[in-house]
Amino acid sequence: MVESVEGHRLKLLEYEAKEYFRRHGIPTPQGRMVTTPREARDYTAELGKPVVIKVQLPVGGRGKAGGVRFADTPEEAAEAADALLGMRIKGLTVEKLYVEEKLSIVNEIYLGVTVDRRNKAYVVLASSEGGMDIEEVAAKTPERIVRHLVDPINGLRSYHANLVAKRLGYGGRKMLQFAAVIESLCELALEMDAELTEINPLAEVGDGFTAADARLNVDNNALFRHRELEERLLESYRGELTEREMEAKSQGLTYVELDGNIGIIGNGAGLTMATLDTVMLQGGRAANFLDLGGGATPERIGEAAKFVLGDERTRALFVNVLGGITRCDHAAEGIVAARRELGVEKPIVVRMMGTNEEEGRKILNEAGVETLGSMEEAAKLAVKLAEAS
Amino acid sequence: MTRFIDKDTRVLVQGITGSQGAFHTRLMREYGTRVVAGTVPGRGGQTIEGLPVYDTVVEAKESHGVDASIIFVPAPYALDAALESVEEGIDPVVVITEGMPVRDSVELMARARLSGTTVVGPNTPGLIKAGECKMGIMPAQVFKKGEVGVISRSGTLFYEIAAHITRVGLGQSTCVGLGGDPVVGLDYVNVLRWFEEDPETEAVALIGEIGGDAEERAAAFIGDGGFTKPVAAYVAGRAAVPGKRMGHAGAIIQGSSGTAESKMNALRDAGVDVGELPGQVAESLKELL
Repeated sequence: MVESVEGHRLKLLEYEAKEYFRRHGIPTPQGRMVTTPREARDYTAELGKPVVIKVQLPVGGRGKAGGVRFADTPEEAAEAADALLGMRIKGLTVEKLYVEEKLSIVNEIYLGVTVDRRNKAYVVLASSEGGMDIEEVAAKTPERIVRHLVDPINGLRSYHANLVAKRLGYGGRKMLQFAAVIESLCELALEMDAELTEINPLAEVGDGFTAADARLNVDNNALFRHRELEERLLESYRGELTEREMEAKSQGLTYVELDGNIGIIGNGAGLTMATLDTVMLQGGRAANFLDLGGGATPERIGEAAKFVLGDERTRALFVNVLGGITRCDHAAEGIVAARRELGVEKPIVVRMMGTNEEEGRKILNEAGVETLGSMEEAAKLAVKLAEAS
Repeated sequence: MTRFIDKDTRVLVQGITGSQGAFHTRLMREYGTRVVAGTVPGRGGQTIEGLPVYDTVVEAKESHGVDASIIFVPAPYALDAALESVEEGIDPVVVITEGMPVRDSVELMARARLSGTTVVGPNTPGLIKAGECKMGIMPAQVFKKGEVGVISRSGTLFYEIAAHITRVGLGQSTCVGLGGDPVVGLDYVNVLRWFEEDPETEAVALIGEIGGDAEERAAAFIGDGGFTKPVAAYVAGRAAVPGKRMGHAGAIIQGSSGTAESKMNALRDAGVDVGELPGQVAESLKELL
């Protein structure tokens, strides 16, 4: 099974990832990022050979979506670029293209480095099934994947890389060339705090190997070591996050949009997830997941409540607070303030327990907001109110 | 490790002068935890909450003797702080810090494995031995000394279920927050092994969530007879959407793996009583005991 830590990263685009690849000595075809048909034509003329033109988007499956084209001449390249620019793929508009020399590929391999949660180590994954989604290979033909756990203390040594190459059927000079790519990719993964870096496919060409595609997803938590990437963060969420999720992110809220009509706010990821589950079991559907985290101030809670109440799909709001570092009276103040400011009449159900629970309930009850002590009862009420409103 | 923590454990707080560090030092001491000192590089010689602050762990250890450490330092410095304690043979090392880079966690766990140190977290609420020692940020009022061991990846859901356990008239022995990050020091199996030997633990509440396969591995361990006391479980995230990270870095369904259903089924197959709602865990335990 391929266990990675995907879900917590900054996704670089192919052309950006290839920049890092080059700096780490990983062979890549000649290529350039362009934003106009004219640039595509000029670069193709400069190369003087057939090219492949690929859309640059932070989503997978671009080939199937028609986002990859071939061109033999500069004019054809301009035409292809013209067709691709402005195209919509998975809700995103194509603004950037990567023009690259067309390769004569002998064989395609998969090579990736990710983090193995279970073994608490980086793992090198290589497969003869290049071009295919590795998750799919892992599910259907796991025997075609070669795995090597990288010793966190000693790192990946040359002989480890040689063995991976050997297991994939390469010997002699080809083995050494492939092993060099493995070593470089592993070095890049560690240096860049990659939660996943992938070459799919790594193309075997006449005289060696070259990265036909490139993926580099950087651990968000490590951006303090990669300041040059910090401003890329919000941009990288395009295509993954909805508009509301983007807006929430810019406000610093941990928010996931769902398709129901009951707004959910909880403190702590586990509790908030359990709140969604409880609402579901009561026959309701959550409009969102919003985790306040620990120790939220009244202002913060107010902002969160305003954000969720402001969603036109939200017909009732269910706030579930377990007081610990977060104080129930703070939650109550925030909710009351949000309601007052928005002037909305949407029903609100609050379940609170723990630190300053009494004070919190008093504030809410005085403002006419219903409070309950049981999560299940509160969920039931929220579902009923959402249906009635 | 022969024990996690108890009333005699001498606790060091790394990052004691920060707002979280200072606040929780006070609460831990109010609970009865034997906090002996704190460290913050550059702040040696100061006192906080009446406790001496040292620049280094070595100095704190020389002056007081330190058994366990709890870390509140910001993520960029957490690896350094944790390694400092690991090198000094302090055990366990509890990393409360949220947002630690995975690469740092990988290195920390490897170093800790070499020296046989137990690391709890990162991104954990910590651990508590009810009525004796609290090394964490959990609200003390929900715990009561008793017979149920609790293991959880999340924080507030763990407090929720602990509160239910107390309310039905049971109590907790030791509770361990594993942490919500993808790479953490302890998994369910490590703690179940320990609970199997712990005479004070008669049953276990296992609180899981989507992502990874730690719950499935716990189920396999229980199913194979590795843990013989009664277990009741709850798994959060049935309503979660694949591919979306639900708050915790580690809580994400990838393709078809890591779903709540898969975890619940695995646990049920192993004979674990799996609740549909968090509150059912305490009810089940009451029946099982």
